[in-house]
Amino acid sequence: MSENRPVIWESGLEIKPVYGPAELAASGGDAGIGRPGEFPFTRGIHPLMYRERPFTMRQYSGFGTAAETHERFLFLIKNGNTGLNVAFDLPTQCGLDSDDPMAEGEVGRVGMAVDTLADMEEAFADIPLNDITVSMTINGSAVPIMAMYFAMARKRGYDLATLRGTAQNDILKEFIGRGTWIFPVEPSIRLVGDTIEYCARHAQKYSAVSVCGHHIRESGASPAQEMAYGLAIGRAYMRHVLQRGLDADAVARTITFNFDIYGNLWEQVCKFRAGRRLWARILRDEFGAKDPRAMHMRMIAGGGGGGLTVEQPENNIVRGAYYGLASALSGAQTMALCSYDEAYTIPSEHAARLSLRTMQIMIHEIGLCDTVDPLAGSYFIESLTNEMEAKIQAIVADLDARGGIVQGVAEGRVQAEVNRHAWDRERKQQSGEVKKVGVNIYREQEEQRPVEFHPYRDEEARKQIQRLNAVRARRDAADVTRRLEAVRAAAREGRNVMPAVIDAVEAYATVGEVCRALKDVFGSYQEPVRF
Amino acid sequence: MNTATRPIRVLVAKPGLDGHDVGAKLVCRAFMEAGMEVIYTGLRQSPEAIVRAAVQEDVDVVGLSVLSGAHLPLTRKVCSLLAQEGAADVLVLVGGIIPPQDVPALRELGAAGVFPTSTPFEQIVKFVQEKVQR
Repeated sequence: MSENRPVIWESGLEIKPVYGPAELAASGGDAGIGRPGEFPFTRGIHPLMYRERPFTMRQYSGFGTAAETHERFLFLIKNGNTGLNVAFDLPTQCGLDSDDPMAEGEVGRVGMAVDTLADMEEAFADIPLNDITVSMTINGSAVPIMAMYFAMARKRGYDLATLRGTAQNDILKEFIGRGTWIFPVEPSIRLVGDTIEYCARHAQKYSAVSVCGHHIRESGASPAQEMAYGLAIGRAYMRHVLQRGLDADAVARTITFNFDIYGNLWEQVCKFRAGRRLWARILRDEFGAKDPRAMHMRMIAGGGGGGLTVEQPENNIVRGAYYGLASALSGAQTMALCSYDEAYTIPSEHAARLSLRTMQIMIHEIGLCDTVDPLAGSYFIESLTNEMEAKIQAIVADLDARGGIVQGVAEGRVQAEVNRHAWDRERKQQSGEVKKVGVNIYREQEEQRPVEFHPYRDEEARKQIQRLNAVRARRDAADVTRRLEAVRAAAREGRNVMPAVIDAVEAYATVGEVCRALKDVFGSYQEPVRF
Repeated sequence: MNTATRPIRVLVAKPGLDGHDVGAKLVCRAFMEAGMEVIYTGLRQSPEAIVRAAVQEDVDVVGLSVLSGAHLPLTRKVCSLLAQEGAADVLVLVGGIIPPQDVPALRELGAAGVFPTSTPFEQIVKFVQEKVQR
């Protein structure tokens, strides 16, 4: 590689061959670094970070019926997972029951099928909910699913005030990428607000929202855009909920983050260090938060599928390890790594175990937990953290100038911007300007290897529908109808829907029924298609 | 039906519940850059709605993008509905995460071209230009 060729990160920052005191001073100096655990938290949100407690390892998992998912959970816990990250199937995520015509062929395919509280009870049977923290990847239908989780926990004698866990519940990013929206933009934000408010009042240790830059990045955004959109979304939820008269400190503690890692190692590290201090400043200066803990950007930062390739899939094992390294050097609280087969299927047990072992090797063998923020003070890292901060701020300012993230998403402008970026990157990769090992360089004539795919089993889907019908037959139908009417009334009258939805799911109302009741009031989202 | 001056018309569709739309939107752009007229359905379309749109818009090509694993049942449904509507001459393409062992079955169902993720756009565009008789 020629020395004269410019090195430019995906986020658009140009990298110099050498960094020293002059470069650091030119980027803004080192005044904003601070100490670990102290404002603005550039070096991490805790004073001792991994010396005190290594990152939580939380692999994404779940498929088929609740019974099968339960088995996989037990397998993961036995192998040292300290948290669970629940995948739901697409009908559940889109608010449809397993017997809905649109659910055909999708029941239990990409995650666990949940129709009623009975499924939730079976999936988590005997799992100690306060020792194993449970994170649920649920967004459009987060209201009934969170309600079911809370109802299940309460039934088992847990006090919601002590319950730990996370719901992804970031609907704004679903409109940008991932696509499990149900209701129009405004009522969707209101529902997120209802869950935040409910948690801030009744389940203070539960994280109601995990703002996902992750999927925005996976949809094509640059690392700087990922962080900027994540911050803008976090702010939008804060602004919405604070109108309800809640305390900024209480609300902020229910919001966590989920970010993506692939691509340039240093760019990721600088993205996180810059993002942490920007969030802390937003909380303190814009929202008047007083409690330093409320200013923490707590995050899961995991190796994303976007960097993995179908070609030469074993290379993904190596990529996963580097993504994990980036995550640990960035001070993530929780880590998850995409498994090497995840570019084309639901991870096999073998692949899921390898990802877990990768993280365990980082903790136990190579010294990643020896000291806090080991890259701090590097002329290069601190300079680029400053530059990344400025870049992210500029993107947020531009969004604000054009009406903010909510309007941008409703009009489809944000989606179009992310899509443009995806196009640029794809062109660069297809032309060879951006190198990808095994794809556009060091390609091999690959023999068609037998690949272990996760099979779709119709009989499991049929079983799930039978189970749903059995629950429907058992429950008090008139009571369910009454409780669903109460959900509609709460939605219509602008009251927090969570208590009514918990009531309804306790009587075994289905995910589909709750979502239909809410749709009766809110309507459905119409996707703006813009290029 | 097709006139020599009319550009190739393509309907790019996301059948089923799968929300992965990055690839579909990129392929839309690749078709547009190649001078084709592109209609993108957006997410969560039923096979019935896709076929209705294909007939109404009088398209030459229907491209289905599926990354959830449900490509076989969805392709079966779209192809048989197209045949029912007398639109069996429409070129059906399937893209997404398609295991190599499913390609013969997809062809059997009526997919003229199968393009798994990371297929170069030029290849897809060229395929369409060659197959759609002007």
